[in-house]
Amino acid sequence: MSRAGSEYRVSFPHMGNYTVPIVTLASMLDCEIMPPPKMTRRTLELGARYSPEFVCIPFKYNLGNYIEALDQGANLLFQAGGGCRFGYYGEVQEAILQDLGYEFEMVLLAGGFGVLEHYNKFKSRNPRLNMVRAIRHYRLAFRQTRALDRIEDFARRNAGFEVEEGAFDSAFDRFVGELAETRSIADVERVEAAYTEELRSIPVERPEGLLRVGIVGELYVLMEPFSNFFIERELARRGVEVHRYVNVSNMVDHGGRNKNRHLREIIGIADPYLRYHIGADGTESVATTNRLRQEGFDGVLHLKPFGCMPEVNAMSALQRLSREHTFPVLFISFDSQTSETGLATRLDAFCDMLRMRKRRLGA
Amino acid sequence: MKAYLGVDVGSISTKAVVADGDGQVLARSYLWTEGNPLRAVKRVLSELAEQVDAAHPDARVVAVGATGSARELIGAVLGAQVVKNEITAHAVGTLSRHADVRTIFEIGGQDSKIIIVRDGVPVDYAMNTLCAAGTGSFLSSQARRLDVPVEEFGDYALRSKKPTKIAGRCTVFAESDLVHKAQIGHPVEDIIAGLCNAIVGNYLNNVGKGKEILAPIVFQGGVSKNVGVVKSFEDATGEEVYVDDDGHLMGALGVALVARDEGVESLFDFAVRDVKFETVGEECGGCPNDCEVVLVLRDGEFIDGWGNRCARGMERVRTHLASSVESAVP
Repeated sequence: MSRAGSEYRVSFPHMGNYTVPIVTLASMLDCEIMPPPKMTRRTLELGARYSPEFVCIPFKYNLGNYIEALDQGANLLFQAGGGCRFGYYGEVQEAILQDLGYEFEMVLLAGGFGVLEHYNKFKSRNPRLNMVRAIRHYRLAFRQTRALDRIEDFARRNAGFEVEEGAFDSAFDRFVGELAETRSIADVERVEAAYTEELRSIPVERPEGLLRVGIVGELYVLMEPFSNFFIERELARRGVEVHRYVNVSNMVDHGGRNKNRHLREIIGIADPYLRYHIGADGTESVATTNRLRQEGFDGVLHLKPFGCMPEVNAMSALQRLSREHTFPVLFISFDSQTSETGLATRLDAFCDMLRMRKRRLGA
Repeated sequence: MKAYLGVDVGSISTKAVVADGDGQVLARSYLWTEGNPLRAVKRVLSELAEQVDAAHPDARVVAVGATGSARELIGAVLGAQVVKNEITAHAVGTLSRHADVRTIFEIGGQDSKIIIVRDGVPVDYAMNTLCAAGTGSFLSSQARRLDVPVEEFGDYALRSKKPTKIAGRCTVFAESDLVHKAQIGHPVEDIIAGLCNAIVGNYLNNVGKGKEILAPIVFQGGVSKNVGVVKSFEDATGEEVYVDDDGHLMGALGVALVARDEGVESLFDFAVRDVKFETVGEECGGCPNDCEVVLVLRDGEFIDGWGNRCARGMERVRTHLASSVESAVP
């Protein structure tokens, strides 16, 4: 409590492109915001060196981000939490970083998206903050998130068929750059509209009988491309239309007062493969897979950190679904030992298999 | 006659075939990789060239396919039309011989996989992750410990009446369990039969987990040559397990057939085995990611490279390499 807001230098772990809305939230603190350096292999090496060996991989990436941020001078770190081991990431990481001799404060936002609770934590670090301003930051951050998710979704489904290689990546990067400059909902709407139009005008050639594949599984490895070896881009490069339903917009829509209704809904879709919830987002993985099967998708990739309990629970239900409907599901685990070559082999084989199958079904 | 070359360079062994347009094998070669895929490929090419010259002098290789863990490297060296993952290659090869197969077991030197086939199309597969317990290299390291040639493992196993139970979950623990069983007096036949059971148990519980295993079953890869493991598979599945004499060549045959179907032809010259190829590896150093970039050189000229995350990495390493070559020349 001794420090004035302006002396804080705030940082947080990376997760995909959500740096933009996170910065919007963090700017409530009226202090310097320093996102960690871009993720590299060094991030993982640092994180893995100081993490418990058997902890799930997102923990190691987060810790690596914190160390690189602290080394740059950050002194206030944020961490969220969820309904699995993620729920105690913050406490354990705080203890590890203290043992390493770093001086910092850690703010834990575990426990969902309770705006009032978050507000109090921000307010205690910046006494000048008021509720009206906080709400404005929250609304802007959510609107930025929604724009990000919608634009990314469109790019994901189309990047595999671009005529000019890298056209979607380059437009998307520019979009993220402009989104970072938005200061009002109207700004976001303008940027989103401009890039929706631009992305729609990128020439694509969609072949006959293209493959449609959904990716499901654990949130972090789905949303942080570095942690899944850019699997969406790799699939796109193999001419696949990629669909993903896990993103922060959907998490917000399905949280809070909508939570119970959503849970009832997905357990209904996952039936008969699941009749009760299996923790964190495991039920979601089974429900989405079953829905995509009914919608005629060609296959599903299930991604999880090695040892992720909720997703391990989902696997046996997914295996049964896959067996009973001969619906291809590829299971991929990520940890600090994952080999990129091994992943490429499995993706190649999966896409070949889906193509052979499709040709046969069509014949 | 048009012919197709398929090369499968695995961690332990290198396999190659020359096949005709109908998938009949005209020449075959199988030898140890010995950690040097370039040398191994040159040796299989020599053997194939001799066999083709002797038996099918009119055969002309018009397309080349490469598979196995060294497929990128070998594909670049041979100028292959097709570089394919080993799972697809095995499925295509096996289906060309056994059109009715519904389950393919494959256990190689360091990996094991299962391919589920329905109506002549692969519909599901799995490959071992993180751990090599229950693969060929596990068997050969245990063979060394027991001082029994790995080629004779199968015959030993078949002589056993009461296979010893060996913990097969992990190579290291299997080894200590095996030593323990030997020290308390279990005969070597029973221990070897137990090892075969452990491999099969491990396989079915890992890559085979949750898969619907239906006959006809074809078993291939180096370990399929071990009759003890074949019998363990038959006991565990209650089905006949078929092993093709050419089972170890299915990856090579498969990728030759994929190359045939690709439809891009150019005459292949076996004399490529006399060309000097080398690889150089270097960490990029352009950013903290430090990609390990590998370049393949043919008579000192760059032909291909990989390992870079971004385009800058390849440029950096090539430029650096070129300047180091220049500065070495007085």
